[in-house]
Amino acid sequence: MPRSSKKGQPPAEADLDENGEPRGTRSFWSGTISFGLVTIPVELYSATRTTRSSLRMLAPSGSPVSRRYFNDQGKVIAGDELARGYEIDKGDYVLVTDDELDSLAPEQSRDIDLSRFVDRAAIPPLFFERAYILAPAGKSNVAYRLLAATLERANKAGIASFIMRGKQYAVAIVAEDGLLRAETLRFADELRTPDAVGLPKHEEPSAAKVKAMRGAIDRAKKTTVPDKELADTYWQRLEALVETKQKKKEDIVTPEPVEGDDDNLAEVIDLVAILKRSLGQKGGGQASADDDEASPKKAAAPRAKPAKKAAAKKAPAKKSSVKKPAKKPATKRQAAAS
Amino acid sequence: MAARAIWKGVLHFGSHELPVKLYSAVEEHGVHFRLLHERSKQPVRQQLVDPSNDEVVEYADVQRGYAIPEGFVVLQKEELDSLAPQASRDIEVERFVSTQKLGPEWLVRPYYLGPDGESESYFALAQALDESDEEGVAHWVMRGKEYSGVLRAIDGYLMLITLRHADEVIKRDELPKPQGRAHSEKELKMAEQLIAAYEDAFDPEQYKDEYRERVLEFVTQKAKGKKPRLKKPVEKREPDKLADALEKSLAGLRKAKADKTDSKKSESKKQAPHKASPRKERHVA
Repeated sequence: MPRSSKKGQPPAEADLDENGEPRGTRSFWSGTISFGLVTIPVELYSATRTTRSSLRMLAPSGSPVSRRYFNDQGKVIAGDELARGYEIDKGDYVLVTDDELDSLAPEQSRDIDLSRFVDRAAIPPLFFERAYILAPAGKSNVAYRLLAATLERANKAGIASFIMRGKQYAVAIVAEDGLLRAETLRFADELRTPDAVGLPKHEEPSAAKVKAMRGAIDRAKKTTVPDKELADTYWQRLEALVETKQKKKEDIVTPEPVEGDDDNLAEVIDLVAILKRSLGQKGGGQASADDDEASPKKAAAPRAKPAKKAAAKKAPAKKSSVKKPAKKPATKRQAAAS
Repeated sequence: MAARAIWKGVLHFGSHELPVKLYSAVEEHGVHFRLLHERSKQPVRQQLVDPSNDEVVEYADVQRGYAIPEGFVVLQKEELDSLAPQASRDIEVERFVSTQKLGPEWLVRPYYLGPDGESESYFALAQALDESDEEGVAHWVMRGKEYSGVLRAIDGYLMLITLRHADEVIKRDELPKPQGRAHSEKELKMAEQLIAAYEDAFDPEQYKDEYRERVLEFVTQKAKGKKPRLKKPVEKREPDKLADALEKSLAGLRKAKADKTDSKKSESKKQAPHKASPRKERHVA
């Protein structure tokens, strides 16, 4: 497994939300970007955050459910008795260990080696998969800022491939406002072509039709997209319902805390605060004035509302994303794109 | 083989209506592992359990709870159903913005749109979007869920790429800019040269999921009882000082270029960045 930030610890399972997506609460990859002989130590953070984490699955008793593994005799299998297997024939599995998977990672791809720079606009948007922010990790951020400044000025993206959490990624490194971002890219064979989809052959529309369409576009042209237009209206309705029920003291359950239930241990940390600290402190002597504010705080989920111990676990595991809560309880293998 | 449309809808913008079919543009590949009981090598089943009494909870009996400081507010199934959006076939586009406006951090999943019936308007809209360098901001309800997306023209075809919700995206102005000493003219210039030297067209075919192939190869070998040889990851070497590193990189690059033009003048520039990479020298050195 590629180095992960917390002193060699693999990223915690709690970093993944119900959809198996990174929660973005902490850096889950750290490594180096290199171009030429210049190496830049960086930490990678999700550029997005989970916002629906306060919704949980409850047992009829009101306790949040846990996940357990059972064998075909209905016996509970403990975490350290689990292994990862690849089905080579029907019902016949080959065991594969973490160490084996690690050793299969091509050595160079443990780092982001930028050996190609392209025009930013040349990457079609359908390639973009997930967005990350890179923070400088070393003692100095000089090289970091130099790459950011140069990429931004030239409007270029550096392209590379690297391994993160047991999966190979193609990645575009771009810069914006002095920050480096990593955009993982879909592989070409993961995208269908219009031809493969069966779309009709391109036909030349009449100039009049194009003009009419152009008119419609121009009339509805705006300079920005207000956040309100992209608001999570379903969640707003849900939270309004919760508030009403809370006021009426309706359907409120207070389950007994269960010993060893890791759900309650998970802290939701404010990603922006962490990033601020990470970006601010490496300021080459210029410590940020808002140091107090930048210290990480336990946030009551991004939505500030009630959810202190809210940290939804993953929904029923998809076949494709197998985790191994064994000796390394937190390892999450996603060799499969789910 | 043509793909099946996953949904049909009608694009609405201005006074125009355009019936379309929606197709997934993504076809994921991956190595699929199963979680096994190590001793028996048999797959395990994951089940939900009530930790207060260790009893298995069937999925149908699971309730949803919204976490509050004193516990949870339980949401009944009927209540959740009542929150679902109204079913509709309409894809409403009320706003067009520059394609530069919403960065990659907003994008979730791309879909192709195909014409459902008459196709001239479809291609006319694609062409108009392409020429204007604008994208539509679309809203629709599909399979009981609300979606937002951008309507883009790519290679002459229309696409819808779904978008994240506003509060999921960390905004640019939420983050500070890394501060530090100013770069010297020399550093900036060398960095620019270095990037320019590696400039190329975007060619997605160059990036293959080799790791996946290696994993598949490994399990096949292991299944045959062979013990595949595993390589040790190499340790990284200490980084040079920035200016030195830049200088050495450029020198390596110039040398490689000179060697190449010496040996083969007409060689295509395509393989240059890889073969002539100054990184190679680092591994030799």
